[in-house]
Amino acid sequence: MKEVGVKWYSPGRIIVYAVLLMMTILSIFPFYWMLVIGSHDTSAVNKFPPAMLPGTKFMENVNKVFSNIDFFAAIGNSVIASTCITLSVLFFCSIAGFAFAKLQFKGRNVLFIFILATMMVPSQLGLIPSYMIISKLGWINSLNAVIVPGLVNAFGVFWMRQYISATIPNELMDAGRIDGCSNFRLYWNITIPSIRPALATLGLITFMNVWNDFLWPLVVLKDRSVQTIQIALRTLNGAYYKDFSMILNGTFLATLPLLIVFLLFSKHFIAGLTEGSVK
Amino acid sequence: METKVAAEKRQGMSTKKQLKQSVRDHISGYLYISPYFILYGIFGLFPIVYTAFISFYKWDILGTKEFIGFQNYQSLFTDPTFWQALGNTFSIWVISTIPQLFLALILAFILNQAFIKGREFFRLAVFLPNITSLVAVSIIFGAIFGEQYGILNYFLSFFGIEPINWKASYLGTHFAISSMVMWRWTGYNAVIYLAALQSIPKDLYEAAKIDGANKIQQFFMITIPMIRPMIIFTVILSTIGGMQIFTEPLMFSGAGGGASKQGLTLTLYLYEEAFVRNSFGYASAIAWVLFVIIVLFSVINLFITRRIQSA
Repeated sequence: MKEVGVKWYSPGRIIVYAVLLMMTILSIFPFYWMLVIGSHDTSAVNKFPPAMLPGTKFMENVNKVFSNIDFFAAIGNSVIASTCITLSVLFFCSIAGFAFAKLQFKGRNVLFIFILATMMVPSQLGLIPSYMIISKLGWINSLNAVIVPGLVNAFGVFWMRQYISATIPNELMDAGRIDGCSNFRLYWNITIPSIRPALATLGLITFMNVWNDFLWPLVVLKDRSVQTIQIALRTLNGAYYKDFSMILNGTFLATLPLLIVFLLFSKHFIAGLTEGSVK
Repeated sequence: METKVAAEKRQGMSTKKQLKQSVRDHISGYLYISPYFILYGIFGLFPIVYTAFISFYKWDILGTKEFIGFQNYQSLFTDPTFWQALGNTFSIWVISTIPQLFLALILAFILNQAFIKGREFFRLAVFLPNITSLVAVSIIFGAIFGEQYGILNYFLSFFGIEPINWKASYLGTHFAISSMVMWRWTGYNAVIYLAALQSIPKDLYEAAKIDGANKIQQFFMITIPMIRPMIIFTVILSTIGGMQIFTEPLMFSGAGGGASKQGLTLTLYLYEEAFVRNSFGYASAIAWVLFVIIVLFSVINLFITRRIQSA
């Protein structure tokens, strides 16, 4: 669709680039501002005009954050929960997706539609009984309460089923069977190596969702020692005297790990995300 | 897409072997999908059904319960707080979703222009907000929308606008919360739309050009119809998400949604009833009403989105 004769500096193009630049600034500014405020002391924040460049008090605020919340314990809890759920989701969702895509069994379509339907039901609907179950199991204030219900999810099964049906040819399965592969080997030795991109994307989505989850951990993790980073951030924000420098510093520290992970895998991530949604 | 060889090989399999394969497929099939169904049974299906059961009781945290039939629902419909929460939820949803999807569509359309340089960079930049946690977004925007020292009021002061107390007013609170939703999701939706735009075959536009359609006609006659499934998908998704909004109002307005409940949404009300006031029965009734609203609303949206298309 290359148009001949339109110069790069035509007014239309300048407007288009201006809009894009504006959206980019709006998207990135809050991250930057978090760093700016987090590196000043509070008195500097309270002056007009506000600071626009990072200050020198970054480490002081970091120390304040550490003395207010057990930052590393909270990060540790988040890492444990996110990692356990991600690994488990990758395994159970891909094997279920494989079954739906490549194995013939009665009720396959009905069961798959059922899974699709469950994706539409909001999790809040079962919030209260779930809480009761968890407290009956004695898992209040235990990371189990967050990890176990998340071990496998409908979205992951759906995602994997779509990807496996679209990318693994049936002939490959037949060839494997003729060679005497069991169904598990068809899954483990043939399917898994060919769906790595989909696994990477699902892994990232899952990890981020668990890392950012708030309502459910808020309900079941009350004790400070088991709180995830999101709940700890809320504690930080909920203090009577609001020290904004410290709060935004803590928020910046808590956002940083995910930001790094995302930037490392971003190309892969966005490509996988859009590929899956268009299919 | 079976090759001839594979098909022949398949026919070559004896009936006995095929039967054995079918048995094996059944066993492994059910085995492989069972983890999901077991887990969903315990932490999904059972709680949903049980919520309905609890909603017919007066039920507190100690487990003392008394059957009261539809009384929870009756009180709910005459409860001014419920209607206020419903109104707030709708208001925030409308202010955030409609401009957001519109903006996302424009952004995707711009990013899809052939002459754009650095498309990858812009796509990454606008997607970035989506990875930020809701808690972090709420904290940052809480600071941006601060009355005394918030940076937004500072910018507005250039235009001679007096500092606005965003947190105290209804519209201010709804606007602030909606801006958090917009910030986090506009880029995400734009990326999804962009992918849909890129999958439209180029020859459709070529054909339209030959038939004498201009750019605007092309946009409405080709682009919009072709990405309609994606538009429906995003509308439904933002309806479900918008009706469940919880973290932003809790963080921005505090417990109870603020002094005049200006930030109280349905899910926040559910949470407060259940885990602050411990009236599980009443909270369960809210949960079911919320669910019915989400379903109704998704169906209405589906209907409208389809209508817009066929018009």
